[in-house]
Amino acid sequence: MPLATQVPANGHADAPLLALQDCTVRFGGLTAVKEFSASIGPRDLVGLIGPNGAGKTTCFNLITGVYAPTSGAITFAGRPIQGDKPHRIAALGISRTFQNIRLFGSLSVFDNVRASFNLRRRTSPASALLRGRAFRSEEKEIEDRTMEILEIFHLHRQRDADCRSLAYGDQRRLEIVRALATQPRLLLLDEPAAGMNPTEKDELMRLIRFVRDKFQIAVLLVEHDMKVVMGICEHIHVLDHGHKIAEGNPVEICRNPKVIEAYLGDEAGAGKN
Amino acid sequence: MNRQIALLLTIALAAGAAMLAGRMDAYYVRILTFIGINVILGVSLNLINGHTGQFSLGHAGFMAVGGYMAAWITVNFGVGFTAALGGPSWWSEAALFLPALLAGGIAAAIAGLVVGVPSLRLKGDYLAIITLGFGEIIRVLLQNIDAVGGPRGLAGIPSYTNLFWTFALAAVTIYVISSLVDSTYGRGFLTVRDDEVAAGAMGIDTTRYKVVAFVIGAFFAGVAGGLYAHSTSYLTPEGFTFQKTVEIVIVVILGGMGNNFGVTVAAVLVTVILEALRFVNDISWLPEWAKDLARNRTMLFSLVLIALMLARPQGLFGTWNLSRRRRTGREEIASAQRA
Repeated sequence: MPLATQVPANGHADAPLLALQDCTVRFGGLTAVKEFSASIGPRDLVGLIGPNGAGKTTCFNLITGVYAPTSGAITFAGRPIQGDKPHRIAALGISRTFQNIRLFGSLSVFDNVRASFNLRRRTSPASALLRGRAFRSEEKEIEDRTMEILEIFHLHRQRDADCRSLAYGDQRRLEIVRALATQPRLLLLDEPAAGMNPTEKDELMRLIRFVRDKFQIAVLLVEHDMKVVMGICEHIHVLDHGHKIAEGNPVEICRNPKVIEAYLGDEAGAGKN
Repeated sequence: MNRQIALLLTIALAAGAAMLAGRMDAYYVRILTFIGINVILGVSLNLINGHTGQFSLGHAGFMAVGGYMAAWITVNFGVGFTAALGGPSWWSEAALFLPALLAGGIAAAIAGLVVGVPSLRLKGDYLAIITLGFGEIIRVLLQNIDAVGGPRGLAGIPSYTNLFWTFALAAVTIYVISSLVDSTYGRGFLTVRDDEVAAGAMGIDTTRYKVVAFVIGAFFAGVAGGLYAHSTSYLTPEGFTFQKTVEIVIVVILGGMGNNFGVTVAAVLVTVILEALRFVNDISWLPEWAKDLARNRTMLFSLVLIALMLARPQGLFGTWNLSRRRRTGREEIASAQRA
């Protein structure tokens, strides 16, 4: 089936972009994620929340191929991707940022983004030796597109700066730019608001919405900060100890007693132990 | 296009140097040859250790594979081949020598692939140990292969290496590795060094990049081995000990990991300094302990390395190089900060 027919005009009920079915990840005796199922549509803005150690980042690593599921299936745009290597999954159109910023420390802002264009590069590595016309025109094209995307996110002035010298918020932004340069259909953001002050968080929320609308992609967000998650996500999955305990829109999640217990639970649940 | 012109110019210069070599003291010609060989070794190891960040200690092993392969060809088929082309002449020798060097490079590249594929699952210290082991295995193997003389060594290698081949091939090495790295494709090597997980997530096939770095690095080490073999005209497995690898690693660290310009300069410096150390006995005012230290290169090198790591871990040259982009880049940042 051609891809185009799989992308519906609206909703994701019939053709999700990403679907996880009963995914379990076990590390030795520890079950980090248990029978997790979820689906994300082509333009969805979905949140994944849960207390520390709930398995959120494990879910990310599962989707991006850092881990393979112990059992269960993951399909992206209609094809199974469980067990694929990270770079294959990136090529299919899933990109991500990291909880603790992982920029390429020795590279400039420009090169951090430029490296991502390798994924869609047409000329062969050997053409870098001969430096013929095709090579030069593609390098120029990549340079232009890198500058273009840096400009969209107001990072073009710092193009030659050492990426480690950027302000914290700018580094987070650069990570998002770098991920977008791989031209994903699904962007995973791992705690993008971590370490940000309230003003920066507001800025970030605007940015995430902007990314989704401008690039027409789906966004999956792991976040601790309730204000951010409730503020922008249309659909939320809640994990606790590797189990999905709730799913729904922000209002439903706020009212869900299981979610409240998971977050404030120690006191409420103390009597049961 | 500047870099291609620079390559051609250097090759022309190498031809000129080779023509002048007849009038030069043979000793200086020899040192210049070693400089060229060490440039090739340093820059090729820089691709693996510096740009790709895979700490390999197997470079002397790759050099041995290439040296023995090339020498085996010229020793066994040299006379017949040049005779078939109408006796020894500069072009019949070139027609033999260049393919022999290539064969040496290819043999070393295959060795690089064989070592690289299984061991690149390892990182850091473990990779260093595996590649170190590989170097030793090669040495012991060569000691036991009778076709190349075993422990007696391989003698009677024709002295084909001259300044033209040495410097032309050094220029080609610098050209190939710097053009490869200085491209969108080449940024991939650096991302593997900086953060493998992030590189994978951005679609970089990290394993493939590592294997490519190993194969290309090993290829040029093999070519350097061929040049070395045909300049000393005698090879022994003992010429490719761990100490040779350490010499090359020091060149890379001294020049700055991932800085081809710095590594090239460092290769020249290290070769010249190593040679100069032979003459310390003649300096009358030098105290005896300093002479002892100078005679014991291994110890001196270790001390230099420790001092360097403490004082300047980024190498003598850090990231400073001759490319224009970086310099204009700094100016732009500076002007942006002023504004």
